[in-house]
Amino acid sequence: MSNVRQKDYGTPASRAEATVTLTVDGREITVPAGTSVMRASAEAGVGIPKLCATDMVDAFGSCRLCLVEIDGRRGTSASCTTPVEAGMVVHTQTDRLKKLRKGVMELYISDHPLDCLTCAANGDCELQDMAGAVGLRDVRYGYKGENHVFARDNSGETNPRFMPKDESNPYFTYDPSKCIVCSRCVRACEEVQGTFALTIENRGFASRVSPSMHETFLSSECVSCGACVQACPTATLQEKSVIEIGTPEHAVVTTCAYCGVGCSFQAEMRGEEVVRMVPWKDGKANRGHSCVKGRFAWGYATHKDRILNPMIREKTSDPWREVSWEEALAYTAKEFRRIQHQYGRTAVGGITSSRCTNEETYLVQKLVRAGFRNNNVDTCARVCHSPTGYGLGKAFGTSAGTQDFDSVEHTDVVIVIGANPTDGHPVFASRLKKRLRQGAKLVVIDPRRTDLVKSPHIKAAHHLALKPGTNVAVLTALAHAIVDEAIFDESFIRERCDWSEFEDWASFVSEERHSPEATESYTGVPAGELRAAARLFATGGNGAIYYGLGVTEHSQGSTAVMALANLAMATGNIGRPGVGVNPLRGQNNVQGSCDMGSFPHELPGYRHISGGETREIFEKLWGVELDNEPGLRIPNMLDAAVDGTFRGIYIQGEDILQSDPDTKHVAAGLDAMECVVVHDLFLNETANYAHVFLPGSTFLEKDGTFTNAERRINRVRKVMTPKNGYADWEVTLKLAQALGLDWNYSHPSEIMAEIAATTPSFGKVTYEYLDKMGSVQWPCNEAHPEGSPIMHVDGFVRGKGKFIRTEYVATDEKTGPRFPLLLTTGRILSQYNVGAQTRRTANVAWHEEDLLEIHPHDAEQRGIVEGDLVRLASRSGETSLRAKITDRVSPGVVYTTFHHPDTQANVVTTDYTDWATNCPEYKVTAVQVSPANGPTGWQRDYDEQARQSRRIEAVEPAE
Amino acid sequence: MSPDKLIYMANQIARFFHSQPEQEAAAGVAEHINKFWEPRMRTQLFEMTDADNEGFDPLVISALSEIRRPEVQQ
Repeated sequence: MSNVRQKDYGTPASRAEATVTLTVDGREITVPAGTSVMRASAEAGVGIPKLCATDMVDAFGSCRLCLVEIDGRRGTSASCTTPVEAGMVVHTQTDRLKKLRKGVMELYISDHPLDCLTCAANGDCELQDMAGAVGLRDVRYGYKGENHVFARDNSGETNPRFMPKDESNPYFTYDPSKCIVCSRCVRACEEVQGTFALTIENRGFASRVSPSMHETFLSSECVSCGACVQACPTATLQEKSVIEIGTPEHAVVTTCAYCGVGCSFQAEMRGEEVVRMVPWKDGKANRGHSCVKGRFAWGYATHKDRILNPMIREKTSDPWREVSWEEALAYTAKEFRRIQHQYGRTAVGGITSSRCTNEETYLVQKLVRAGFRNNNVDTCARVCHSPTGYGLGKAFGTSAGTQDFDSVEHTDVVIVIGANPTDGHPVFASRLKKRLRQGAKLVVIDPRRTDLVKSPHIKAAHHLALKPGTNVAVLTALAHAIVDEAIFDESFIRERCDWSEFEDWASFVSEERHSPEATESYTGVPAGELRAAARLFATGGNGAIYYGLGVTEHSQGSTAVMALANLAMATGNIGRPGVGVNPLRGQNNVQGSCDMGSFPHELPGYRHISGGETREIFEKLWGVELDNEPGLRIPNMLDAAVDGTFRGIYIQGEDILQSDPDTKHVAAGLDAMECVVVHDLFLNETANYAHVFLPGSTFLEKDGTFTNAERRINRVRKVMTPKNGYADWEVTLKLAQALGLDWNYSHPSEIMAEIAATTPSFGKVTYEYLDKMGSVQWPCNEAHPEGSPIMHVDGFVRGKGKFIRTEYVATDEKTGPRFPLLLTTGRILSQYNVGAQTRRTANVAWHEEDLLEIHPHDAEQRGIVEGDLVRLASRSGETSLRAKITDRVSPGVVYTTFHHPDTQANVVTTDYTDWATNCPEYKVTAVQVSPANGPTGWQRDYDEQARQSRRIEAVEPAE
Repeated sequence: MSPDKLIYMANQIARFFHSQPEQEAAAGVAEHINKFWEPRMRTQLFEMTDADNEGFDPLVISALSEIRRPEVQQ
């Protein structure tokens, strides 16, 4: 057996509090009521043979291998489906059981290939283990009978039962000849993932696992989450990486570097080579589940495009020149100092990365504040969840989601607004769908008909398909209905909020102009439907709100976040499991980068830079005086660059040229700078305008922590040596040293110690403590030693919860005769953000280009048919891409993703931003769509410029 | 930044605070700008309003007295 396999208890744990004591093989065992005999035995160290049981899914009782004898019961019982009872006496090994098990195994093996030595699962196969466990030495039936194993029989006739291996999925194979039809994969797809892509076709001996209707895995509905592969006890479903490399020899628990769910994975290794990533069952965010990105799409870490040597160039029109680390860092330090000398202290700044660790982010902001001596530091959260920070900070007193992901298991009514979790946060979506299948109700507020609105065994009670840009109107109308029908939670409000503020707010939302009937004409949401949704949320039990960038990325993003907080408070849905306001964070460490003081106005722990006491903590430790004025935000930096007062920037792990709106404006800002330092894995789009390139390291190459959307601080553990030579924290450290700063860290744990010493919400966090606890959710300090799964339990962080009036203001980005359609943007399951990582993996099999979703009516009017190249134009710019005709979008709305640089959807987006935080309004752009002949002029120019700027000078061979 | 963009940003903030209780509105605008606008932006705001209030929302103008004037940049 592979020594890295996670222990499988056979059936899921029981949550019961009452316990039951029984005897198994003479040992007395006490377990929670409802535990299976199989699990109770496993917990006591008694391994009952099993094949169809796994603790990933409910017991099924089909393999008949796990039989036990129980005193006083007739016959033999399947231990997986038999719950424990007080005083039960169980025997797991008797002559009768031995005989039965051997007989069962004999039948299994009579229809299974005997190629163990060359099988990819050799050493990691439960069938092999069980054959050994039951002492199978001979198969009396022989192998020549009817079977699924051989393509042809001895006489050369084709075997109609044989099915060839399906290798269509880029990451795993399906070999029906090795299938024992235990249904674990089918059940994992249903129960864990919730996609229902797999089934057992046919019956009896003809039974086979079938993706969709006997299709290949790739063409089926399979979303390649990997749960079936994980569940498979044989090599039937097998990772291609294991087929290629072999079984792993050691494993390290670490955290995925894709979305904000922050799944825990076991990196299964052979030496320094990753064999596979398997979700870790004890991971508290993912509970043993994964999606296609974290499970399979890590090949970018060793992709040939990775830049491994530092490079510099004086002008961005020059080719890159590879240099030593010393030269690159000395050049950078000299340039930054020159710029500050020439243009002033505030002429430089930095951007921290939401993909890097907390420790790395902390160092970059420290470099800016203590090294550059200004506060010009910002992070990618500027363009995603900065309104969450502002809105929740105002309403509750702190800027973070209120729950853990487990909370969804206690939810009765869910509002999902402006989020598409099945694509953006797939593992959370699976957990949500599980709860919905148990009967929780769902309200989806989204311009598109996302998969959650209707998919197998899931149907939203209400889909409020609002017009892009009208979130605040819809949310205020929901509040209107709740106040109007007096279904608010008065006792909660009186106890937890300021009643007079509530009264003020209630009178505001009660105004007739906020009613569902009055807003219907411009939101497009039928009043009756909206009122029904409000009633359901206010009266349906535990109500939880989950939201994404469809809320924040608007000119009223912050107002909408406050409106969500109002709804939660008005209905008493804060401070216990099953409720809350939950931002779904985009990037793996966007929560952490915000926590770590990446914003220009605040120090770590969300403390405003103007606060003398907070500054003093850092001034004492860092030995410098800190600037007490807020610094520039990313869009302000670009404006200042164009004005000539901002000339140098250090960008760690962020591709602002592709990810930020109004590409032309970003390009102009970068172009105006004299020293742009890009610290990244790849020559990203921003690097086209860079003077220094510092190679970055992947999450597999460093130690640190990521903080996910539930405030959970998870450890990231190094499994291989950085291919570029240094982990990112070391690069920032060396840059600081080159700038003359006296920094000495020999391990990221020392950086965490500094964070804990300066930031109250991290007071108790150390690497030792994280190793012991697995993970903790901040605040984690003396007051909350085990962390805080749920926030605002006894009172809000700010004291009383604050109701804030939320007046709807229509965006100035308006449709008209020239630009009659509204463009909104989003992401897709298989790709991640700007695609720098996922485009360099086999995930392109699912999404090789960005497509424009357009309603059949709008398409017909324009003479556009499926697959046509179309020109997408706005006031800002134009691009061309292929059309996908679908009624998932309403008439008048078009949708695309932004994963591919050759599409550059952000050429089209405008520079309108959220009023409070300058978070860009990605979600609403007035556009026109028309048939196109080819790439736009801009795309051609961009392509040429990118090609030119990526040239690397050939090194002269030594004489 | 372009004067138009600065006016736009200031007015956008004012627009939110217009809906807030009247006694909090001007103070709200001022606090927001003090907290989030870098000195260069506030300097530009004052350069513009010192010359002419045109284009600015009256609430921005009434907030000016509570907005910190940045010290001269070194």
